[in-house]
Amino acid sequence: MTPDLGKYADAVLSAYGISVLLLAGLIWLSLTQSARARKKLAEEEKRHRKNG
Amino acid sequence: MSVWKYANPAKFMSLSGRVLPVLTVLSGAFLLVGLVWGFFFTPDDYKQGSTVKIIFLHVPSAFLAINIWIMMLVTSLIWFIRRHHVSALAAKAAAPIGITMTLIALFTGAIWGKPMWGTYWAWDPRLTSFMILFVFYLGYMALWTAIEDRDTAADLTSILCMVGSVFALLSRYAVNFWNQGLHQGASLSVDAETHVDNAFYLPLLVCIAGFVLLFVSLVLLRTRTEIRLRRLSALQVRGSAT
Amino acid sequence: MIALFKRDIMLAFRSGGGFGLALSFFLIVVMFVPFGVGADLALLAIIAPGILWIGALLACLLSLDRIFQLDFEDGTLDVLATSPLPGEAITGAKAAAHWVTTGLPLTLAAAPLGYLLNLPSEAYFWLVASLLTGTPALSFIGSFGAAITVGVKRGGLLLSLLVLPLYIPTLIFGAQTVTRAATGQDPLSTWAMMTGLSLFAVAAMPLAAALALRVNLR
Repeated sequence: MTPDLGKYADAVLSAYGISVLLLAGLIWLSLTQSARARKKLAEEEKRHRKNG
Repeated sequence: MSVWKYANPAKFMSLSGRVLPVLTVLSGAFLLVGLVWGFFFTPDDYKQGSTVKIIFLHVPSAFLAINIWIMMLVTSLIWFIRRHHVSALAAKAAAPIGITMTLIALFTGAIWGKPMWGTYWAWDPRLTSFMILFVFYLGYMALWTAIEDRDTAADLTSILCMVGSVFALLSRYAVNFWNQGLHQGASLSVDAETHVDNAFYLPLLVCIAGFVLLFVSLVLLRTRTEIRLRRLSALQVRGSAT
Repeated sequence: MIALFKRDIMLAFRSGGGFGLALSFFLIVVMFVPFGVGADLALLAIIAPGILWIGALLACLLSLDRIFQLDFEDGTLDVLATSPLPGEAITGAKAAAHWVTTGLPLTLAAAPLGYLLNLPSEAYFWLVASLLTGTPALSFIGSFGAAITVGVKRGGLLLSLLVLPLYIPTLIFGAQTVTRAATGQDPLSTWAMMTGLSLFAVAAMPLAAALALRVNLR
């Protein structure tokens, strides 16, 4: 399955690994921040509607 | 009809809410195709061996690292001139993505540099420029977090972005003066004579498209978060006042 | 404007802050280099231009937050902002005063400190020349950073993070000028480029600083 990377396998794989890790971290961070903001805003809006 | 109507946060939210899922799927598809194509189905370079596969990460991330800063400059200018909040928040939302791209470009470049140039790090002008760009991103983000008042923060960061752009450009040329480079010329030139071989060029273009789409999706997502947070704090202020 | 300039210089002298502090800091940095890299005179001669420039730059950085901070806290800046004096004149005068109390003394101190680092004799003229025309850039770019961070409590560290990247081109051209002079190359081209940069900073930075100051005083 994996192509023959020859003697540079470590270099190529670690480059892909680090990049995927960094991108995954960024995406995860963006998603959790978005979810948190969405939840907080929903709560606050509900509270406002209740109080008039 | 003009693009400015999307500067209204409510309009922006409804449009971006509709566009975001499509963009996310598209960017995922492009990245998957591009990276799988690049990783599994490209030949080894006769000189660089399999390390040439790193190009599919290195070039798109470097391309974005610079262009995200330019996008931040443009949105900062729009905020400064036309006072659209969405614009200022988009600049804020883009910075963490830009710094991640800069890091990816630096790391993949270092890993690529070890087998090719015999060292992870050399003070080559382009490497140094990216290090400088990284520091500029750091300063920009630090200023956003340091100032509490949102409009003041937006104003000051956009001024910093404009002045920073001038000096980043100056640094770029100063650095050229100071040391000779190891880097090859343009990989992306439209001119078929100078760009990389077609076997790599096509998957590379797909990867770049994927990275750009990923950036657009993320920046929309993060801008939406910022708009929500802004509305949240506005509601809290109103709540505490009554 | 001239009155403001004089007042700032007088204040810097009287409080003893910026003036002596920056010079002592410069001396200490230069003194620390042999402790760090060893007392080999040949090695010191090679790195002397860079050390002298970096030392001067850091010493300059040290007193930047004083440009606006004290006047911001006691309300002087609000008074100045309502005076008929344009904001650009205020920031320009204050940056110029900072240069007279910091950049100029550092330039004068650099030559004897260069001797301590075994700087080649051909390079002294260019060391002083490059610092003389380069330190205004440091003061004026720094005043912009100070104007941006004036509203931030304990903004000293943030100020350094914002200003140091902006110093990169000045440092490169400045240190290159001295290095070229020390190694027998023609330093004129890099010196001219650095001086051009410095003139640009003197002309443009008061505008940007005034812009930032207006936002902070809103």
